[in-house]
Order: sequence, then C-alpha cells, then structure tokens
Amino acid sequence: MINKFVASAEAALADVPDGATVMLGGFGNAGMPVELIDALMAQGAKGLTIVNNNAGNADHGLAALIGAGRVKKIICSFPRQADSWHFDKAYRSGALELELVPQGTLAERIRAAGAGIGAFYTPTAFGTDLAKGKETRRIGERDYVLEYPIHADYALIKAERADRWGNLTYRKTARQFGPIMAAAAKCTVVQVRETVELGEIDPEVVVTPGIFVHRVVRIAPMRKVA
Amino acid sequence: MKKLDRKQLAARVARDIPEGAYINLGIGLPTLVADFLPKGREIILHSENGVLGFGPRPPKGEEDEDLIHAGKEPVTLLAGGSFFHHADSFAMVRGRHLDYCVLGAFQVSAQGDLANWHTGAADAIPAVGGAMDLAVGAKNVLVMMEHLTKDGKSKIVERCSYPLTGARCVTRIYTDLAVIDVKADGLHLVEILAGELTFDQLQRLNGVTLKYRAAA
Repeated sequence: MINKFVASAEAALADVPDGATVMLGGFGNAGMPVELIDALMAQGAKGLTIVNNNAGNADHGLAALIGAGRVKKIICSFPRQADSWHFDKAYRSGALELELVPQGTLAERIRAAGAGIGAFYTPTAFGTDLAKGKETRRIGERDYVLEYPIHADYALIKAERADRWGNLTYRKTARQFGPIMAAAAKCTVVQVRETVELGEIDPEVVVTPGIFVHRVVRIAPMRKVA
Repeated sequence: MKKLDRKQLAARVARDIPEGAYINLGIGLPTLVADFLPKGREIILHSENGVLGFGPRPPKGEEDEDLIHAGKEPVTLLAGGSFFHHADSFAMVRGRHLDYCVLGAFQVSAQGDLANWHTGAADAIPAVGGAMDLAVGAKNVLVMMEHLTKDGKSKIVERCSYPLTGARCVTRIYTDLAVIDVKADGLHLVEILAGELTFDQLQRLNGVTLKYRAAA
C-alpha cells in the first residue's frame, strides 16, 4: 500500500544532508511552508542552497535559516524587502552567495527541471546585466538568452489537501511555486491543512498529481504569523 | 506649472485601458491605476503570483493571507477570477498574452529602453522580481513615473545610465507632465498634462527631443 503520509515535519526532513539544494514554496506568507522550514531549522542541515522567490522576512522561516548561517547560496528574484535584514547582513558580509534570477525565468527554470528539459531560450533579460556571460541567440525577429534548469534535492511546499497517494489541491494564491517545485525535486515534502481518503479529491481538480510528491505532513490549521 | 499628483496620473493612465484588456500593474505607483479604471469596463487584472481577475482590497478583518497580489497586499477575487501556478503565470507574461503592463521607472531612453530595477550603486542589494519578464512580454509596456528626478533632471534620457530592465520595450510614457509615445523614429508627444506648461518649456525640461504633431 502506498502511503506518503508522515507523522511529523521532523520525521519528513530527518534525512536532509548538509549541502543540499532545497526549494521553498511561498510568496510572501501565502504558501510559505512555515512548519517545514521550522523543522529544517531544528534539524540542523547546513551549507544549504535555497531556492525561493524571496530571501526571507523578519526573524522567522527562511530569514532564521540565513541568520543562523545555514545557507551558503540563495537563488531568488527579489531578496530586498523592508524586513530582509538577515539576508542583507549575510549578503553584505560576503557570507551568502546570491544568484539573482528574473521571476519568470526562475519559474521556468524550475518547471524545466521537472519536465526534463535540458535548457531553453527566453527573451527575458536580453541586453541586461542579468544576461551577461550567457549564450544568446536570435530566433526569428527576437533575441533570446539560454537558461538552464534548476534541480533540487528537496522541495518543501504547502498545499491545502492531500490523499495518501500525494495528490494535491492548493488554496488561492498559495499555489504559486508549489506545483513546479514539486516536480523539480528528488524528494518533495508537502505540508497540508487537511488529509482525505483516496477518491475524496475530485480527479478533475487535482493540481499536483501524486507522482510528484513523496512525503505529506498534516499541520493543524495555521497559527497566525505575527 | 501645475504637475499632476499621483492620483491624477493614475487616473490618466487608467483612462487609456480599454474594455476587455488583460493588464498587470507593477508594484508601487502603478498599483494605484486599479482604483481609477473606468467603471463599466471589464478589465482583468493579472498578478505574477498566480491570479487573474482580482478585485479591490477587502474590508478590514476580512483579509485572507492566501489571497494577495505580487505587492503582497491582500486582495479579493472577482466572479470569473482564476488561480494558476507561477510558470503558467509567466507564460501569460512572456507569451504575449497580456495586453498591457504598467511599470515604474528610474529612466526611459529615447529608444524605449527601460531602467527600473537597480541603481547600479555598489552597496545596493539587487532585486528584479518580474520586471524583466513584463518588459519583454506585455503587448504594450506603459511606464508611469515623475518626469524629473528630485534634483530636476529628466528621467527621459538619450541613453539610460542605470542598468537596463529591458531594451527597446517601452511603448508609452506617462509622467506628471506629459504623455509620450515611443516609436521607431523617436519620442512623440501625445499630450501635455501639467497645467501652464508649453511645448517649448516641456522640451527644455525633457532630456530628449520630442516630436509633436497636432492630433489628426
């Protein structure tokens, strides 16, 4: 019997090694897998490469990981926020490497990894500093930049509902990077608000089919993030 | 000279967005445009974080942290709205499905180059978000900005001194002084917006020569 349910966030992340590449879902607080990130913090893995749209806010979640010196590199589109002080400090001190990627290119590089695409040409960033040193090509009337996929060892994402096969539905704009990160990682760990029996999710509305999911942890409805 | 204030400028941009348009409004000043879209037109707002057809901020106490726009402010969903993942969201952007995007800018060049993501200062932390995708993707890239810097220099320039967001991508510029189209042969004045400002005065303030033909 396939059963991807895991008893706790701690158990789901016990095998994350030092130096792993970890994708984190979430855009602002929406879709942020808060409890999984807390468990990664407690678990102790270091030298991590993190893939997220941002670089952490205030003192919790990804910001706490950075503050604790556990992240060696971050791949993101928008690190600078009013409350990104842990990132700012680590970046300025040279302790943290930043790979800045336009948001759509970030999404497509993640998608490409999950879809088995070796590389792709995108018009985004052509003629800008973010395309410096990259291969370019004129196709038809437009200029393109060659971009490579971003693979990960783990993806930590948040969904709304899961069954034991790992089929997922999401809630509103908490979906964002979840489905593409799920496909791009060797081990996808999902926190959900609700677990249901097989067949209870209408197959027509499954957003992420269970083939992309490895571990599911139910987290009781969220406490408010301060 | 009477410059437009932020709301007047937002209202001026909003007036040009037609019935049926799909549009993305950048973070900051462009977000204001949503408040002034003409009533009675169905205009569908897109946001990078995977939503089409979002509506105004909900009343206090009814915010949902799972329902935000790319500026991370709470929004509502209109009937007919939809959610999708980030790669689909940027397929809409890059794939030329959006009719318009409205972006802020540090500088726009005479060729329509856009600089809006980085000052290039050595100690500045770079952050790009979706700006480079929107700049190459939307069918019409509208820039909305103050015409002059705080020390009175034109933000419309021959060549951008700040790092580019996109090359030759801007189609129209709305400032607190004027509306200007970017065309293959240069910049064309569409309309003077500031009160008590003549074409000659605007030309002196602007960093680049403006072409002007009386409306046909």
